[in-house]
Amino acid sequence: MKLIYSRPKSLKKAAFHYCPGCGHSVAHRVVCEVIDEMELQDKTIGIPPPGCSVFAYNYFDVDMAESAHGRGAAVATGIKRACPQIIVFTYQGDGDLAGIGTAETIHAANRGENITTIFINNAVYGMTGGQMAPTTLCGMKTTTTPYGRDHVIEGYPLRMSEMLAPLDGVAYIERVAISSPAGIRRMKKAVAKAFQTQIDNRGFSMVEILSPCPTNWKMTPAQSWKWVGEEMTQVFPLGVYKDVMEPKHAD
Amino acid sequence: MDGNSAIAEAAIRAGLRCYFGYPITPQNELTEYMALHLGRRKGCTFLQAESEVAAINMVYGASLVGARAMTSSSSPGISLKQEGISYLAACELPAVIVNMQRGGPGLGSISAAQSDYFQATRGGGHGDYRTIVLGPCSVQELADMTMRAFDLADKYKIPVMILGDGVLGQMKEPVDFKREAPDVTPTREGALMGARGRASRVVKTFTSNPSELEEINWSLFRRYQLIKKNETTWDTFMTDDARLVVVTYGIAARIAKGAIKNLRAEGLKVGLYRPVTLWPFPDEPLRELSKNVKQFLVFEMNMGQMIEDVQLALAGQGEVSFYGRPGGVIPTPDEVGRVMSRLYYQKGLRS
Ligand SMILES: Cc1ncc(C[n+]2csc(CCOP(=O)(O)OP(=O)(O)O)c2C)c(N)n1
Ligand code: SF4
Repeated sequence: MKLIYSRPKSLKKAAFHYCPGCGHSVAHRVVCEVIDEMELQDKTIGIPPPGCSVFAYNYFDVDMAESAHGRGAAVATGIKRACPQIIVFTYQGDGDLAGIGTAETIHAANRGENITTIFINNAVYGMTGGQMAPTTLCGMKTTTTPYGRDHVIEGYPLRMSEMLAPLDGVAYIERVAISSPAGIRRMKKAVAKAFQTQIDNRGFSMVEILSPCPTNWKMTPAQSWKWVGEEMTQVFPLGVYKDVMEPKHAD
Repeated sequence: MDGNSAIAEAAIRAGLRCYFGYPITPQNELTEYMALHLGRRKGCTFLQAESEVAAINMVYGASLVGARAMTSSSSPGISLKQEGISYLAACELPAVIVNMQRGGPGLGSISAAQSDYFQATRGGGHGDYRTIVLGPCSVQELADMTMRAFDLADKYKIPVMILGDGVLGQMKEPVDFKREAPDVTPTREGALMGARGRASRVVKTFTSNPSELEEINWSLFRRYQLIKKNETTWDTFMTDDARLVVVTYGIAARIAKGAIKNLRAEGLKVGLYRPVTLWPFPDEPLRELSKNVKQFLVFEMNMGQMIEDVQLALAGQGEVSFYGRPGGVIPTPDEVGRVMSRLYYQKGLRS
């Protein structure tokens, strides 16, 4: 009999605390699969954020350290500069990366820090109870936009991948979605590519993952996955935004 | 050599691997010295960060993997670093932070001050923690204390702050560096390195179980007790027969020393008590001193901060007066001398 599915070695035997249908569990598993397949478990340090994934160190079986809210890219910079042989990834929510940590993120990307960022965009602040995030869609109701996000008052959803991709230090950026098995397969390829970019010393790499938060969206898991695929992708189009490894075609 | 450059050179000789900074007067010479000399050393990093917030978090990252790491700034920038210092303290990570104080609050002035004493000695950021705080008063001490700061930080896994000021940073004095820079910078044992040949490690404090965090706090405070016991340092000058003792630190102590020499020449029995570690504050030797001395004058370049530690230490033994100049005003030895002699006569210490 051929074994085709098992727990990744770098995923600890612990039950996730995430809500049913939450994208974090899927993203954790996929990142662990990639770490296993690329044999990175013993040379990797992961930096989880404050956020629903603050306990990511209970699941990832690699060296990990907590970080201050939004500062993941700066912490990863310090690690990588001190020990370039270590593979470093940050794991960050959208409040963390696109709100409080925008400066750290942009500057690490612009310096071409040789780090990998796993960016979970669920359009809300999950851990603190579903407040508006910089990525909240216009019209979307959250606890701090009870009448729906109004761009006149709150501005527009921030598209981080589009914003970072033009920076010269950025080597690879792709946006994927947890909305279907095909989307998850695509995500795995993107995560592997991002780590490869780091291994090859190419510069900053990031995978933005559109990720369901059924609890704060007040949806069933199935509805939330569908919403990612049908609504979120309208505002946050999927695709590769930067890939310096891909030979450019003359047009 | 100027004080700022002396700190930088001493840090390199102490095995510094990573420096992260952000421009602010009056400490730019330190950052620039690092740019010139550290970045070119093999395996070492100099990086101008995008902010003080980023810089201290880069220090946190470098410290996680066992490198000797450092940042420097002046008052407004140190405010921004408090978040990171709290995380360093919480996660028991060594780091050296230099604060070349300037006048505050707010943007204040770029002139030397001592108004960050409370912030430095009480932790400064959120949570129940301490950092070791060193108060140098000469360029030689800046160099020596920088080396000591790295050793203390590693020994006790704690952030150490060097609390200087704009004058110390800018003034030039001869300096003797007591170590040569190592060829390979040291790596602290137990650092995160990737889980090669061992189980994976987690550095964190966050917990949903308050009693777990309580234990972390207890363990930090047990270490703080040990630091108090082993590392408390102070200096005295002409206290043996003194009737009035000035308690002061850093550049203010230099000014006071000048005044004391002048007053001694006039026959006034005045002396100096100088805390060298500001945290832990040397309270016992001060209590000891108060057996013979009943009149103390606390002199600070602020509105009165260290005086609270002096009063706590003396616990009512002896009388404590205060003289302070805030806002970046640098008093002269004559000015301080006048304050001392007035007090000396007012309190009838002449007879
Ligand atoms: C300095 C600071 N401000 C606020 C918080 C509270 N806080 C914790 S997580 C979080 C945001 C979480 O949202 P996000 O980054 O989108 O991650 P998610 O929980 O949705 O995965 C906030 C505001 C904090 N920990 N630190
Ligand atoms: S609140 Fe949202 S992001 Fe947080 S665990 Fe639940 S579903 Fe996931």
